[in-house]
Amino acid sequence: MVDLSANCAGIRSPNPFWLASAPPANSGAQVQRAFDHGWGGAVWKTLGTPIQNVSSRFGAVSYAGKNAIGFNNIELITDRPLEVNFKEIYDTKKKYPKHAVIVSLMVETKEEWKDIIKRSIDAGADGLELNFGCPHGMCERGMGSAVGQEPSVNERITSWAVEYSTVPVLVKLTPNVADIVPHGLAAKRGGAHGVSLINTIKSIIGVDIDRFVPNPRVGSQSTNGGYCGAAVRPIALHMTAALARTPGFGIPISGIGGVTNWRDAVEFMLLGSSSVQVCTEVMLRGYRIVEDMIEGLEDYMRTHGFQRLDDFVGKAVPGFSEWGELDLNYETIAKIDAKTCIGCQLCVVACHDGAHQCVHPPKNGTSRVPTIDESECVGCNLCQIVCPVPGCITMEAVDNGFTPATWNQHLTEGAKLRPKKGAH
Amino acid sequence: MLKKLPVARAESVFGDFKGEYTPEQALVEANRCLYCSDAPCIKACPTQIEIPEFIRKIATGNLRGSARTIFDANILGMSCARVCPVEVLCVGDCVYNHMGVPPIQIGKLQRFATDRAFERGDRFFAAGADTGKSIGLVGGGPASLAAAHELRRLGHRCTIYEKREVLGGLNTTGVAPYKMKADRSVEEVEWILAIGGIELRTGVEVGKDVTFEALEKQHDALFIGLGLGPDTSLDVPGKDLAGVYGAVDFIERFKLGQFALDGTTTALVIGGGNTAIDVVREAKGLGVPVSTMVYRGQPDKMPGYRHEWAAAKVEGATAIFQALPVAFEGNGRVERVKLVRLDETKKPLAGTEFVVEAQLVLLAIGQSKLGQLLAGLAGVTLERDRIVVDEHGFTGRKGLYAGGDCANGGKEVVNAAAEGKASARAIDRFLSGEAHG
Ligand SMILES: Cc1cc2nc3c(=O)[nH]c(=O)nc-3n(C[C@H](O)[C@H](O)[C@H](O)COP(=O)(O)OP(=O)(O)OC[C@H]3O[C@@H](n4cnc5c(N)ncnc54)[C@H](O)[C@@H]3O)c2cc1C
Ligand SMILES: Cc1cc2nc3c(=O)[nH]c(=O)nc-3n(C[C@H](O)[C@H](O)[C@H](O)COP(=O)(O)O)c2cc1C
Ligand code: SF4
Repeated sequence: MVDLSANCAGIRSPNPFWLASAPPANSGAQVQRAFDHGWGGAVWKTLGTPIQNVSSRFGAVSYAGKNAIGFNNIELITDRPLEVNFKEIYDTKKKYPKHAVIVSLMVETKEEWKDIIKRSIDAGADGLELNFGCPHGMCERGMGSAVGQEPSVNERITSWAVEYSTVPVLVKLTPNVADIVPHGLAAKRGGAHGVSLINTIKSIIGVDIDRFVPNPRVGSQSTNGGYCGAAVRPIALHMTAALARTPGFGIPISGIGGVTNWRDAVEFMLLGSSSVQVCTEVMLRGYRIVEDMIEGLEDYMRTHGFQRLDDFVGKAVPGFSEWGELDLNYETIAKIDAKTCIGCQLCVVACHDGAHQCVHPPKNGTSRVPTIDESECVGCNLCQIVCPVPGCITMEAVDNGFTPATWNQHLTEGAKLRPKKGAH
Repeated sequence: MLKKLPVARAESVFGDFKGEYTPEQALVEANRCLYCSDAPCIKACPTQIEIPEFIRKIATGNLRGSARTIFDANILGMSCARVCPVEVLCVGDCVYNHMGVPPIQIGKLQRFATDRAFERGDRFFAAGADTGKSIGLVGGGPASLAAAHELRRLGHRCTIYEKREVLGGLNTTGVAPYKMKADRSVEEVEWILAIGGIELRTGVEVGKDVTFEALEKQHDALFIGLGLGPDTSLDVPGKDLAGVYGAVDFIERFKLGQFALDGTTTALVIGGGNTAIDVVREAKGLGVPVSTMVYRGQPDKMPGYRHEWAAAKVEGATAIFQALPVAFEGNGRVERVKLVRLDETKKPLAGTEFVVEAQLVLLAIGQSKLGQLLAGLAGVTLERDRIVVDEHGFTGRKGLYAGGDCANGGKEVVNAAAEGKASARAIDRFLSGEAHG
């Protein structure tokens, strides 16, 4: 049996899957239903002075018939009275003592932080998450990403929260910065027990081309919103890994951004997340997705011989390094399996127009299986990426007789590099 | 103006076999297309429609552009979407077939795009600048229509000579009503003619009412799109009894008007080709309780398409294999058919005669070829009454081109469309002094 129980910065939950602070964690009834479906924790929709929202609020990017590969919103923090939220948090913790309830907070003054932290802990919060991330509406009021973008402010407010809190404090970071590392370090200096990232990315999701106004449209106007959903995962993964490999960072990470299934969760965990949070995919498909996430993770751990999450959290971090550390003498070329090739020749057009003109249509009239000019293939993967048949095109390492050599080694030690390919 | 079809036509009882896509269904299917490069489906289409391109345009919501891509290659793209045997053409060559994944429903997507264009009344093509040349087109079927439209795009004037009162050829009078009804074909003809500059001379049988030589004198070039001739008869006793019809003749009658079938409890269809498969299913659909095909060979040797026979069986058609009619019997009207069993080599087996009751007999053993009409013209070669042409439709006689069933021996609408268009381009090159005699 594998053990899925998670401990992220001292916040314990039966599994690493948490609802992110967002509409799916807006109320007690919702969070309780999510726990019934199997979610291990929930970060309550951000509490603060309740706001008034606009309509509409959401927009989406669709691609090739998939209707929300990217998502954005211009909604603010909770619009429900604080007493109601705290009562529901209390009831939820009573009913689900083993599940993690983390309360997300966003207020302005030190006094307000002190007050809202006390009320959260009194209601039974297992942890706090400081929302320094929201990139719309709240930042214009000097909160959210306005805090997250300024390391000194981040550090100061974090230190207040840590001072007042008796439970672990996570700082939720904004991705709307050039480099995430100084912001993660600021949270650490402020005493945070961990960070969660990413919040949403400042974006215009699209434009209504008949009404000449961006989406989502509020009457005749729109505003920038926060981008999230599957499409943002690469950005979130990078920021997670960037912190995880920073020497001297070393505090736990709760990974967020584009998690849609167990595979995505495993990716975040391999790059250093000890829990993962999900918003958009739950908004789109419901709490029920967690069943597959749990089973998929268990199965993954079983097949890899991992007993507990710690066995693999961070396991891919050492594999993430600088370009200058990559072996320039490592060489792959594409191979096409003629048996499974369906002859669509998407690799031909992609390589001809977008790579190195070395995948050719067959000369023999009956076959449609392309051939690869191995002397020209630079091993870029493009053909493999466009191939619709899983496993048909593989990238195979070739022994070119050169010993491994990185750019850095080449610069410092004069290591010998193989001749360039496809550069004529 | 084209003659209107009668409103009451027996074909109206038929439904729409393959059905049409809703916009939602079309979008899902369009997004499944892999957008292959040098796509095999294009090569499998005789008119070489840029299939991945028109499908991508459906997916992006560029429906007008999608239809333009189709019509640019094949002006009969609307009817082809319905009547093409896609299973053995484009869809049959979809790469998904090699992946064990259902192939893209190209015909249904093409129908979706072209129907929307018809609904909106889109017009894509204008006539070219007048060249002062005139071309006569003999026959008003798909081959001539495709040729005439292309000739108009190139600026040549056209006159179509058609012996019937309706245009569209077998697309109007022959294709199965569960694929397309006659009025839809007539609508297409009107849509094609809207390019303007195509004069119609209906009710004119060339070879009888006017000679080919006379037309050659009147025009700078001629295109022959005569199609095939009447159904072949079967030379057995009783062949002239009432109730014995050629299949194509029968189909034309019920498609263009009414056909009384009261008292007909059994129809026997003689043949095993696509016309036989169509008509055995049509008789069933028109309400004949038992509709049976009699084919002389074994089931797997039937020349008709497998997928069409499978569908006919689902509709309740039945078959007798390895048998041949030896006599039609009855008193003035056919009442019975005497058949004999055949061995593997299709030779009659002595003493195996048997009798089947039938009040309707439909002969679907082929159509005659009309090449003899051109027999007197020097330079024209006939091969078993088929007009021999090169890949440009050139007959060998100066200014005389041919395409469609009369030249290919009887294929599909899409072949007629492709050949008509190719001939039009060759005629244009000829008239501008570039190519053949
Ligand atoms: C029963 C049946 C079902 C079919 N079903 C399909 C199908 O589902 N899908 C498909 O793609 N194809 C189908 N076909 C084949 C298709 O209809 C033909 O291949 C196509 O119509 C050929 O076009 P065409 O222009 O060459 O000839 P036709 O369509 O035959 O047109 C020839 C025209 O010339 C006229 N004509 C003939 N002689 C003269 C003359 N002397 N003077 C003036 N005019 C003349 C005729 O009246 C006719 O209008 C079917 C054919 C039959 C018989
Ligand atoms: C409609 C909506 C409302 C959100 N509200 C909050 C919020 O109140 N507080 C917060 O910290 N993050 C909020 N977020 C951000 C999410 O918690 C999460 O960080 C982000 O959406 C990325 O995760 P995802 O890709 O799984 O959606 C919101 C996101 C959405 C889509
Ligand atoms: S890996 Fe890149 S260079 Fe090599 S064949 Fe594929 S597309 Fe071409």
